Amino acid sequence: MSQNTNNYYLPAPSLWPLIASIALFLMAGGFAMQMNDVASGSYVLIAGVLVFIYLLYGWFRDVIKESLSGFYNKQVDVSFRWSMGWFIFSEVMFFAGFFGALFYIRTFALDWISGSKLVWPDFVATWPTSGPAATEALEAMGPWGLPAINTLILLISGATLTYAHWGLMKNNRKQLTIGLILTIALGAIFLYLQAHEYAEAAFTMDSGIYGSTFYMLTGFHGMHVTMGTIMLLIILFRVMKGHFNADHHFGFEAVAWYWHFVDVVWLFLFVFVYWL
Amino acid sequence: MSTTTATHHDDHADHGHPTGIMRWVASTNHKDIGTLYLWFSFFMFLFAGALALGIRAELFQPGLQFVEPENFNRLTTLHGLIMIFGAIMPAFVGFANWMIPLMIGTSDLAFPRLNNMSFWLMVPAAILLITSIFVPGGAIAGGWTMYPPLSVQNQSMSVDMSILALHILGVSSIVGSINIITTILNMRAPGMTLMKMPLFVWTWLITAFLLIASMPVLAGALTMLLTDRHFGTSFFDAAGGGDPVLWQHVFWFFGHPEVYIMILPAFGLISTIIPTFARKPLFGYASMVYATAAIALLSFVVWAHHMFTTGMPVAGQLFFMYSTMLISIPTGVKVFNWVATMWRGSMTFETPMLFSIAVVFLFTIGGLSGLVCSILPVDIQVQDTYYVVAHFHYVLFSGAAMSIMGAVYYWLPKWTGHMYDETLGKWHFWLTTIAFNVTFFPMHFTGLAGMPRRIPDYALQFAEFNMISSIGAFALGISQLLFLYVVIKCIKGGAKAEAKSWEGAEGLEWTVPSPAPFHTFETPPTVK
Repeated sequence: MSQNTNNYYLPAPSLWPLIASIALFLMAGGFAMQMNDVASGSYVLIAGVLVFIYLLYGWFRDVIKESLSGFYNKQVDVSFRWSMGWFIFSEVMFFAGFFGALFYIRTFALDWISGSKLVWPDFVATWPTSGPAATEALEAMGPWGLPAINTLILLISGATLTYAHWGLMKNNRKQLTIGLILTIALGAIFLYLQAHEYAEAAFTMDSGIYGSTFYMLTGFHGMHVTMGTIMLLIILFRVMKGHFNADHHFGFEAVAWYWHFVDVVWLFLFVFVYWL
Repeated sequence: MSTTTATHHDDHADHGHPTGIMRWVASTNHKDIGTLYLWFSFFMFLFAGALALGIRAELFQPGLQFVEPENFNRLTTLHGLIMIFGAIMPAFVGFANWMIPLMIGTSDLAFPRLNNMSFWLMVPAAILLITSIFVPGGAIAGGWTMYPPLSVQNQSMSVDMSILALHILGVSSIVGSINIITTILNMRAPGMTLMKMPLFVWTWLITAFLLIASMPVLAGALTMLLTDRHFGTSFFDAAGGGDPVLWQHVFWFFGHPEVYIMILPAFGLISTIIPTFARKPLFGYASMVYATAAIALLSFVVWAHHMFTTGMPVAGQLFFMYSTMLISIPTGVKVFNWVATMWRGSMTFETPMLFSIAVVFLFTIGGLSGLVCSILPVDIQVQDTYYVVAHFHYVLFSGAAMSIMGAVYYWLPKWTGHMYDETLGKWHFWLTTIAFNVTFFPMHFTGLAGMPRRIPDYALQFAEFNMISSIGAFALGISQLLFLYVVIKCIKGGAKAEAKSWEGAEGLEWTVPSPAPFHTFETPPTVK
């Protein structure tokens, strides 16, 4: 389909949205069944995940094809930029909800429980805590071991990604590739160390409010780093196939924005979850 | 996926729009997707309305007659969830789909495929919510606000299904809002500056912002609820150091912006309709824009007025009381502007105008009862009584739903190419308005007298008012079938509509033929 490039690109009818709907339906239904021990729930869930992977593969393949065919003019590019910015804003608000929960618990709720003489007269609010009903002492995660190293890793990965971007801007493919490979490697090391930290941790999600907030915040952050690393890998494949040039590389930039966002979230985690 | 093989077309006319079911499931056309949204919303409206009639049937008399108390709780919960997420919100998205590209002079939304995904995600969510009625343990019953500890302790699978349905709806809303906000910021016709945009577009720009900011917070809250239920976390469990009130804070941080998500587009709709039939430009356009933005920003700092009785330091209560009262200022600006638009206008009273005037009138009653509820000591009295039920139905039914009805009549000629039956439209208006007031006005009295909401039985002194409310509710419900009939009749035929269907109508949407062709503004018009 050739198209007047002055016009905004309008895609042909597509079944991908319906497939997305089916994927999410199977995933949600399967997950609900699995959590409630309904037999076959996990099969439905796995089917949903497979449809979802097929969806991501197919839809992005179509979009990349359209991009390479030059269907996306300047105005479409601006749309992509706005939408990625707003998407990251929505992610900021997602994490803000969990940080808000953490601040509320630490500032108000624990104080009120420890002031109440009725149910747990001996409970004195401290942080970290597993709550008034806990029977064992809590061994919290200190900031200056692995978390500090991980902070350093993510900060360096932000720099290597910018190094890659500079390479792209100069049409220096070698610099671009090296920068990307370094960033992906750093992301993978971060994830490995995070998994190691989880494995060694003396507490779980079950360990009261400290374990709850710790794993919820670091867990979702880890999922985002995983996503970001996969996205960077795909960008690396695309670079190796010769996609992107100095003027036309929004896919690269979007992933870079996402990576920096994940980086900033970590800094907040380091300060408020590990350190203070 | 792609059916296009032609290589020599210089326009989009040959995108080969498929017919039959593929036209709808694979659509990348904002008008078709808008139509899907509006029909979906209408059927959810009827379904959730039927649930409400179950509530009113039970409350027709004191004592228990039709439904078990648990089922009564399920009726109120599902009625709330489906009306909010299935009826009101999708209706506004339907209008956004249909009208925003026409109003700002662009060919479609920025991302047509994502737009279709936003719609088709509504369907699995609706299936999950509705089929949850039939799973062991029955449907979710703790109220649409899903307060723990009840929502954690209820081990029915339906709670998980509802949580995941809301997650999917959240994805749909966020994707849809990003699409709309991008369209408005990037796709306006040359010369359409921000301060020349129709007010409906402005209200949607701000609503989309509210959705993107608040929906992810709901997702976080739902995730905490899910992990508390199944994965051993203690967010809402005081024994583990958590706090059930934490849910209320996070939920209402989403929930209050959500209230304005359901009313700001309504303000946009009647700000479009009133100038048309008053034959005068909207009074105070700029102040309308600023008032909308002010309401949106204030909506993030008032959430705890939903929690005055759950326990909070007095300083907090006072802060939330005063910040809530502040909202009445920009809202008052709006009501003043609507009245001032009508002042000395050459008014005619077609159905859309009747609905809009009713909205100004009745929404103001709802706004004033909201102001009453914002007063801390009064709220402690009326909290969880029928006074609150009356308040939010005056803003949500006679604010949101009736503005949607008025706007459907307003744009039906543009959508179908036919004028609707004015006589039947007026009948629908009067039946709806009268029945609505018969249903909900007495609830102010029962509420002030102390009748608690969400209870299937009540003390004998409330019997008369409840009987009146129930009669009104059934009349209100049956009147909506007339609405369905008028709309179908208009689609099937009727007087031919002009491109500019209303004498006083302004805006780009009236420069294209009626019915609007499949593709419009492929070459953007220039706005002076």
